[in-house]
Amino acid sequence: MSKMRYSRRSILKSGAAVAAASALPAPMIWAQEIKNITLRQFGTGVSNLNEVGQKVKEELGFTLEMTALDSDSVTQRAATQPDSFDIADIEYWICKKVWPTGNLQAMDTTKIKNYDKIVGIFKDGKLTPDSVVAQGTAPNTVGFAEGPGSTAFAKEQTQWMTLIPTIYNADTLGIRPDLIGRPIESWAELLNPEFKGKASILDISSIGIMDMAMVCEASGKIKYGDKGNMTRDEIDQTIAIFTEAKKAGQFRAFWKSFDESVNLMASGEVVIQSMWSPAVTAVKSRGIPCVFQPLKEGYRAWGGGLGLSKSLTGMQLDAAYEYINWYLSGWVGAFLMRQGYYSAVPETSKDFMTANEWGYWFEGKPAAEDIADPFGKVMAKAGESRDGGSFYERMGHVACWNSVMDENQYMVRKWNEFIAS
Amino acid sequence: MAVSRNLQGWLLAAPLTAVLAGFLVLPILTIFIVSFWQATEFSIIPAFSLENYQFLLTSPVTYQVFFKTFVYAALVWGLTLAIGFTVAYYLAFHIRSEATRMVLFLLCTIPFLTSNIIRMISWIPFLGRNGLANQALMSLGIVDAPVEWLLYSDFSVVLAFVHLNTLFMITPIFNTMMRIDRSLVEAARDNGASGWQILTHVIIPLSKPGIMIGTIFVLALVMGDFITVRFMSGSQSANVGRLISNDIALLQYPSASATSIVLLAVVLLIIGALMRFVNIRKEL
Repeated sequence: MSKMRYSRRSILKSGAAVAAASALPAPMIWAQEIKNITLRQFGTGVSNLNEVGQKVKEELGFTLEMTALDSDSVTQRAATQPDSFDIADIEYWICKKVWPTGNLQAMDTTKIKNYDKIVGIFKDGKLTPDSVVAQGTAPNTVGFAEGPGSTAFAKEQTQWMTLIPTIYNADTLGIRPDLIGRPIESWAELLNPEFKGKASILDISSIGIMDMAMVCEASGKIKYGDKGNMTRDEIDQTIAIFTEAKKAGQFRAFWKSFDESVNLMASGEVVIQSMWSPAVTAVKSRGIPCVFQPLKEGYRAWGGGLGLSKSLTGMQLDAAYEYINWYLSGWVGAFLMRQGYYSAVPETSKDFMTANEWGYWFEGKPAAEDIADPFGKVMAKAGESRDGGSFYERMGHVACWNSVMDENQYMVRKWNEFIAS
Repeated sequence: MAVSRNLQGWLLAAPLTAVLAGFLVLPILTIFIVSFWQATEFSIIPAFSLENYQFLLTSPVTYQVFFKTFVYAALVWGLTLAIGFTVAYYLAFHIRSEATRMVLFLLCTIPFLTSNIIRMISWIPFLGRNGLANQALMSLGIVDAPVEWLLYSDFSVVLAFVHLNTLFMITPIFNTMMRIDRSLVEAARDNGASGWQILTHVIIPLSKPGIMIGTIFVLALVMGDFITVRFMSGSQSANVGRLISNDIALLQYPSASATSIVLLAVVLLIIGALMRFVNIRKEL
């Protein structure tokens, strides 16, 4: 039993605890020490929210310091500065790059209370027993380590997880229905000359290439063996198609940060582009129509989780487990689901959401009354329902996960050429 | 006494030497050394390999990007020089009152009280498809549809560069012009020179050191920039700075270092060549 827990649970719960309590002068000391604990978490902007930090302070007593960076910087920091953080809030494809450096430690799933309730995507890769695992870096392929200290990924589920899953979503193209004025059904529309000078794609190579692949495949120009692990030839062809489009003036701009994508869409510079769910929410809550358009080829999905720094030990490590267990216990999940993401343990979040919110966000039902984002702004009126429908409808149509390919370095060079062309 | 004076000289020079050695020479040396290393996605391997340079110098992208960088530098240099020289000339020779001159000069510096990035980004809503510029053009009936090339184009990049860097031209040129002995202008006039001849035979030659200092500022700033190009071109254009920043973002420090060294060499060559035309120290 960890030392931490004496402070939070009844000391008289077991004989061992009584013995421990009498051996230690007073439980308050532990409580005091917990207050002095600070965990440094860094990650991408999506889940590094100040609200989470405040709630941790209230409920768990220790301090959580958060730093938000873009995906590239996150990877860089996790790979090169293991002592600069305690908890890494990273995506699974980043994990594929960072885990082999040995900067993270495997987590014991027996210490994770809600482990059994985590959705199948993160365990055997299957949402429902008859689902097929999508292409790309699917979370289950990099979710387990062979054991503590191992830098290799396990093929099967083990007791040791690399990241504890926290957040994930299915991404698609965002559109301005008012400026397009007709239904959009395929990824291929991104390169439709109709939207010349009004399209955009994100300039983060590992994600952008997947969006490109979805477009090329949808338009029938390329048949991929595995979009998530392209051959050099497939990369060349994909980039060539987009370079041609770029030279023809198809794109208005490329974006790298969340805010840029919101501004491009809200200002009407762009009417169709790669987008992330909360960016769509942000455009909508400005009163501008924006749809996260489900497309017939399916979604590009991504998932993130919390990883622990190798240098985390003792009380700090206990605090980190405490934090992760709290993370999965529902409050954060509900917070994230109100932004359009999904929680790794959806059922715990249900208690923290109203029936209306749960129906809208998770079950895809029409809203019974207005839906507000986590910051209280109304973003959907009564009667509207979520783009793409229910959880199973959306996560069940994942065509590909964000990924790191074997030919990653080659791809990155090609990506640079694309940007420079 | 000679020894102690010698020693005194060394001691006086020591702080500057130490600062330059520690903060300029050492980092450049480090970059130079790292440029021969190798990197994978998540580690940097000390080695001596010419692979980075080989890739850099054989890739057509490098030449494209360097060409683009030169084009930006040349355009921005030409425009800032034309504007900077005109403004400085007006301030130095047309304004008679010393007080007015200083007030007007300070006026030029007012935009610099806000941050570089803010001044740059504020162009974006102005030039956008539904921005002020397009609204004005359309309501005046000059164009029917919004002008697209105003934003996220080479035009917007150069515009922002000129806006950000003109003061670096104005200041040194104004400074040298103020040192020009007014009796030289009078003598030229007395000897029958026309206004144009005075400008080309007297004022421009004597302003050369200022023009040169301004040129060095502008070239160094434009060639080393990456953020202006990224924001104003909507990430659609690349210059050498963006190549380096992309490499850094992807943990390719050795390759970023190699690009930096090549850029440094190119900029030093240009400045070296410029110095041959004008000996700044002699003429200051």
